[in-house]
Amino acid sequence: MAETHDVAVVGAGPAGLAAAVEAAEAGLGVALVDGAAQPGGQYWRHYDERHARPDDRAGHHGWPLFTGLRERLRAGRAAGRIRYLPGRQVYLVTRDETGAFTLRTTPSGTAETSGTSGASGASTPDTAGTVTARALILCTGGYDRQLPLPGWDLPGVMTAGGVQALLKGHRVLAGRRAVVAGTGPFLLPVATGLARAGASVEAVAEANGTLGWLRDPVGAASVPGKAVEAAQYAALMARHRIPYRTRTVVSRILGQDRVEAVQLTRVDRDGRPAGPVKEIAADLVALGWGFTPSLELALMLGADTRKDVDGSLVVAVDGFQRSSADGVYVAGEATGVGGAVLATQEGRLSALALARSLGRPVAPGLMGRLRGAIGRGRRFAAAMHRTYPVPGAWTEWLEERTLVCRCEEVSYGDLRRAHDDLGADDPRTLKMLARPGMGWCQGRVCGFATAGIAACLNRRGTTADDLRPLSTRSLAAPVPLGELAALDRSHDDQ
Amino acid sequence: MTYRMTFRGAAVPAEPGQSVGAALVAAGILDWRATRKAGRPRGLFCGIGVCFDCLITIDGVPDRRACLVPAADGMRLGDSAQDSPQSPQSPQSPQSPQSPQSPQSPQSPQSPRDADPRDASRGGGRGGDA
Repeated sequence: MAETHDVAVVGAGPAGLAAAVEAAEAGLGVALVDGAAQPGGQYWRHYDERHARPDDRAGHHGWPLFTGLRERLRAGRAAGRIRYLPGRQVYLVTRDETGAFTLRTTPSGTAETSGTSGASGASTPDTAGTVTARALILCTGGYDRQLPLPGWDLPGVMTAGGVQALLKGHRVLAGRRAVVAGTGPFLLPVATGLARAGASVEAVAEANGTLGWLRDPVGAASVPGKAVEAAQYAALMARHRIPYRTRTVVSRILGQDRVEAVQLTRVDRDGRPAGPVKEIAADLVALGWGFTPSLELALMLGADTRKDVDGSLVVAVDGFQRSSADGVYVAGEATGVGGAVLATQEGRLSALALARSLGRPVAPGLMGRLRGAIGRGRRFAAAMHRTYPVPGAWTEWLEERTLVCRCEEVSYGDLRRAHDDLGADDPRTLKMLARPGMGWCQGRVCGFATAGIAACLNRRGTTADDLRPLSTRSLAAPVPLGELAALDRSHDDQ
Repeated sequence: MTYRMTFRGAAVPAEPGQSVGAALVAAGILDWRATRKAGRPRGLFCGIGVCFDCLITIDGVPDRRACLVPAADGMRLGDSAQDSPQSPQSPQSPQSPQSPQSPQSPQSPQSPRDADPRDASRGGGRGGDA
């Protein structure tokens, strides 16, 4: 087996890139594993660099921050300090008696590997994709949080991040007449990105009131640059004449085999209908309700979790990004959704804290300054989360036939029957009896909603205990059975 | 250069660097899989490898994530029975993957859908692995 690294960093988005280069520059031997074919994560997703065009960076924020990190990654690799493994997903992390971690990875399918990868039938363990390390920094990011609504399974309905990924990563416009809906500031770059690419954005439906965080003295003062960013988006929205409708939700998506129209409904603070329904034609609906952090690896290692201000389950970390699992640091969205700048700061801090624990010199004052910045970033993030909550009454938008779990095609009615007739009072029992979260995505898409529905059916709020069973997965990525079987044999040989 | 792929026999172009899913959407093809129970159409949803809605058979290998796999010249897409709801008992079969020179224009968003007989069998259940 190859060398044991000082640290394995999982994820090459803002947090992971910052952690990897900082650790390498502090003198540590680093493995950097990432599912994508090139660095950047979701935030700095960009077109294949081998076919780059100058305008590929259009709409990107903090691009010089990214190119700086990318340059340091190149330098770290050239110096032999960083082993970079793109196009690979970690599906299993184990720990031996010495405390060293073994990461098993599988091709994610993003890299061109002569025809076979991903879910093809490999029959030997992929030793090239096995990484061992004495410490971990998990920077696994997140993805758009979703709420089911009638018609959300029609082709032409995508996550807001998916629409953005098509634009930024593939130069493809997913539709001509778009409606962007949900809550949170991320709806704005998606809407303006679509408009810039030539789509007609018929509406941005924001479930909450607008720009409340600017009036939040703690939040706005914490990160002043964010106010400038918001003003820039407001100007772009105006230039493209995009209607921004606050306290408005897409209550239903209409169409036979693809999206044809949406119904927009004015709602009150809790998300209950409070006005007339307006129907508008659309061929693309982009939905986003904040973000769901990816926690499977941290949970696999037994790290403690908590419910964050935005209602998502996140990994609990201390002031040095350490989780409750020994040797496991976590940075970025997995510790609470807070954006790219905060993620890079947390990535840096985790690497420096690890380096110092291994006796490496760290510039005096640097960690203190990072911790201060992270504290301000977290306060700002909390103010944003309080401004853009998931409306409390969202389950009232559901109809009996509305799919909650897209993979297993479990409807809201199925969940209600499992609760009413079979006594499923908690998400775990609901999952066993009605199968939400048991399909291909393993609850990644419907986990938050299923936890919320379970709580609502029992007339109480969602707790971390509701979220946890739908966030835990025995494998973090689908793996060919042959690979697992071979893994077992290789274990016996040892 | 522009890659040429085929989706159930119909030509689909792709720019180097695009994913299979992005190229399909750019060609106006929004769905390429049917769900197991209701036979409902699915295509890209999350677009970043999380949701597995976009599974597709590529060059005979099933269950690839269209949103992640880079397009490549000559790729054959969606030519497995399990990708479409009407097989195996549909009276009409999709165009043979062995005849990539489709008479239909790949640029027309309508053509691949028209070539697809799934509408004739929608709601009629499905055989085999349901």
